[in-house]
Amino acid sequence: MSSIPTSHDEPRVGQVSRRAFIGTTGGFALALGWPAAAAADDAPKKYGAYGMPNGVVENPLVFVAIADDGLVTITCHRAEMGQGVRTGVPMIIADELEADWSRVRVVQAVGDEARFGNQDTDGSRTTRHFFMPMRRCGASARQMLEAAAAARWNVPASEVVAKNHQLLHKPTGRSLGYGEVAADAARLPVPAPADLRLKKPAEFRYIGTGKLPIVDGFDITTGRAVYGIDVLQPDMLHAVVARSPVFGGTLRSVDSAAALKVPGVVKVVEIKGSPIPSAYLPLPGVAVIANNTWAAMQGRAALKLEWDAGPNGSYESEAYKAGMQASAAKPGKVVRTSGDVDAAMKTAAKTLKAEYYMPHLTQAPMEPPVATAAMKDGRFEVWGPFQSPQAVRRDVAKVMGTDEAHVTVHQTLLGGGFGRKSKGDYATEAALLSRETGGKPVKVQWTRDDDLHHSFYHTVSVEHIEAGIGADGKPVAWLHRSVGPTLLALFMPDPKQESPIELGMGLANVPFAVPNLRVENPEAAAHTRVGWYRSVSNLPHAFAIQSFVCEMANAAGADPKDYLLELLGPPRRIDPRDVNDTWNHGEDPTAYPIDIGRLRRVTTTVAKEANWGKPLAKGRGKGIAAHYSFTTYVATVVEVAVDKDGTITVPRVDICVDCGAIVNPERVRAQMEGAVAMGIGNALTGEITFKDGRVQQDNFHQFEVLRMSAAPKRIVVHMIPGDYDAPLGGVGEPGVPPVAPALCNAIFAATGKRIRSLPIREQLREA
Amino acid sequence: MASLTVNGVPRTYDGDGAMPLLWYLRDELNMTGTKFGCGMGLCGACTVHLDGAAVRACSMPMSAVAGKKITTIEGLDAKGQHPLQVAWRDNGVPQCGYCQAGQIMQAAALLKQSARPTDAEIDTAMSGNICRCGTYTRIKAAIKQAAGVKEA
Repeated sequence: MSSIPTSHDEPRVGQVSRRAFIGTTGGFALALGWPAAAAADDAPKKYGAYGMPNGVVENPLVFVAIADDGLVTITCHRAEMGQGVRTGVPMIIADELEADWSRVRVVQAVGDEARFGNQDTDGSRTTRHFFMPMRRCGASARQMLEAAAAARWNVPASEVVAKNHQLLHKPTGRSLGYGEVAADAARLPVPAPADLRLKKPAEFRYIGTGKLPIVDGFDITTGRAVYGIDVLQPDMLHAVVARSPVFGGTLRSVDSAAALKVPGVVKVVEIKGSPIPSAYLPLPGVAVIANNTWAAMQGRAALKLEWDAGPNGSYESEAYKAGMQASAAKPGKVVRTSGDVDAAMKTAAKTLKAEYYMPHLTQAPMEPPVATAAMKDGRFEVWGPFQSPQAVRRDVAKVMGTDEAHVTVHQTLLGGGFGRKSKGDYATEAALLSRETGGKPVKVQWTRDDDLHHSFYHTVSVEHIEAGIGADGKPVAWLHRSVGPTLLALFMPDPKQESPIELGMGLANVPFAVPNLRVENPEAAAHTRVGWYRSVSNLPHAFAIQSFVCEMANAAGADPKDYLLELLGPPRRIDPRDVNDTWNHGEDPTAYPIDIGRLRRVTTTVAKEANWGKPLAKGRGKGIAAHYSFTTYVATVVEVAVDKDGTITVPRVDICVDCGAIVNPERVRAQMEGAVAMGIGNALTGEITFKDGRVQQDNFHQFEVLRMSAAPKRIVVHMIPGDYDAPLGGVGEPGVPPVAPALCNAIFAATGKRIRSLPIREQLREA
Repeated sequence: MASLTVNGVPRTYDGDGAMPLLWYLRDELNMTGTKFGCGMGLCGACTVHLDGAAVRACSMPMSAVAGKKITTIEGLDAKGQHPLQVAWRDNGVPQCGYCQAGQIMQAAALLKQSARPTDAEIDTAMSGNICRCGTYTRIKAAIKQAAGVKEA
């Protein structure tokens, strides 16, 4: 294994040519893990990691290198954006390898899915998809070392045991270090899967303990960690780009005379951009290339630009909201139905309805989009923070008119991702600009206003829900109309209906035991780049549904937690296909049913831990919400205090997660804490609005995100232990959706004021 | 020609006086620990010390730093063992980590002013520093550990 290089410069062989996905729904499949429906009908359907493009590689020769001195180098093929994969994934390999963690170092893979398997770090998939493959990878490496030591000693392999970086021959007491046999081991055949001996969970050294600090902790706290913005190349130039302020707009004229006079400015270049649907490709713009970032910014400010707004020039958030409300008042395409909702509503003892609104949001990672590219001899090197380096490779190759084999994508740390960095438009900009400078490295830096003005936004939506309640207070009918532009619009012309992915995010598959239930999806058109933001359509669906559950409880005179459990119904496993969820997160519906017992358990656990039902002081209240997403079960209790002038503080949030087996509890806890903070921030102040087709928020004074002053004072995470032999759930996203409705339910409990339109902002100060 | 000191090293600068200190550090000195987040002093990712006080490097023109002593995250402690850096690691504060250099520099300035800060003092001092990953509860715990203040 010592001979396996992990250098980024290693030439790749055996590249397979792949279809171009741009502009087709295939690109969507690539991005979000929609199982490849285009496969031949008689081919068995592939699920999980195996249904993703380029599937799984678990060959230890790809991921593990052991030097003569025993230093183990593990290659992480997934993108690190704070979720902890650079610790968690190598930890899984190291555990099965019986490696001493202090002698393990982690290097980052280049974007090369033919070699590493799928690298698209999105959809809360990394641990869920790669726990077992990486265990097998580590176990293979361990058994190869054992076999090499056995050969050295001329003893049966069954007599050699790997333990903490050493190979031991028990009968004779002999031992060898990993480094001493690594070269021999690398020449042995990789064991067949059937011959692998995986550890029993009781034998795990690292998995499940939560004892290992993150691998980048020292570098992060000392300023040494390298993010996309920190890439330095010899003779590097710096660029900023003025982009069409309206999505779909085009450049009418540019006068660059003043820009070119700014000291340090080297060149002004027009980027043509892609027509709609533009997938992840660059927007039309004018780039200013300079010797430093500041000069590029000054040059851009000096440009005289005229734009034609195009078809989205009248996009305006208030008017669009009114249009969605009108659509939600009328029947739309039925996406799930059971029983007879209309008849049940007529005979119900009580009916109620409500309408909820969630605005556009944006990811706003603290590191704005940034990438560096250099063209040399027709080849491209790209450096940057990418959730899907293979998608960057594909897009750069396509736009630059070359083969993917001629594009190398070097992955840095991501200064936040949240879905924005799944789309590498900024990398393609850098490649285009490097060509324009004769191949010099060019770093394209997005400013914060660029990030807010030209993002791939979370959808905007109106959720209309009606319910019928029987004389006994029980729910008898449920009607939900969900209206919002779909992210399919990135990939196809003018779609008006939500995709199976969006419908499967807690809408059509709402797991309630109501005998008469209908879900409709009236039409909506997209007028900006709709993308995905952490938790995606689960955000509005959970906000509306879990708020409405509390409203129903109040109407029925019941406790909100009890009424939530009533709606969930008895413990049972729902086949996703029976609730019209054809997506099911790309997972096998038999392995990943919706388990109501688990959803009930996180709900009752969080209620108990948060002392649900205990009387609170005046002006305080608690709210509860539960939501299933990314194959994980989460429930939240938020406690609020609202003072006389309507100021909201959050003394405590309890969150309970059941994600199946927990690989790194310390990072699961961190993800839940972060999800709570993001959920509270989204609800309190999160909003992107459009006027004349343009985003109205320029920076963090207008797009307000959570700060410490408004953050929960205490977040208590409760984790349900899971079985390592059962399928794992996702962790990065499922914590967020129940937070906003729990917060709004708590506000109702404290004040009697029901928040149905986000953000909350000053709504409690009115009246 | 302006003279300044960055992490104890004397420097001279004769470029555009309007250039923010952030881009001087990053593009001229190749010192990339100080991050860009907003360019308007709204997020704190670029926090450095100017004569010991926390300032936003993105909004501090070079014309204003002549004769001043600048300390960045790279110079906070030669071995990376400042009590805050240690506490940040002990508490597993960072997620993506991008904002944390600015958070640590802001917290270090706070502890110079107030060795044992109250919760309210921490909130006030730290609320100019955004963490999009939402690590605020751990940031607060780490500051208290470094200051030797017991968790409430």
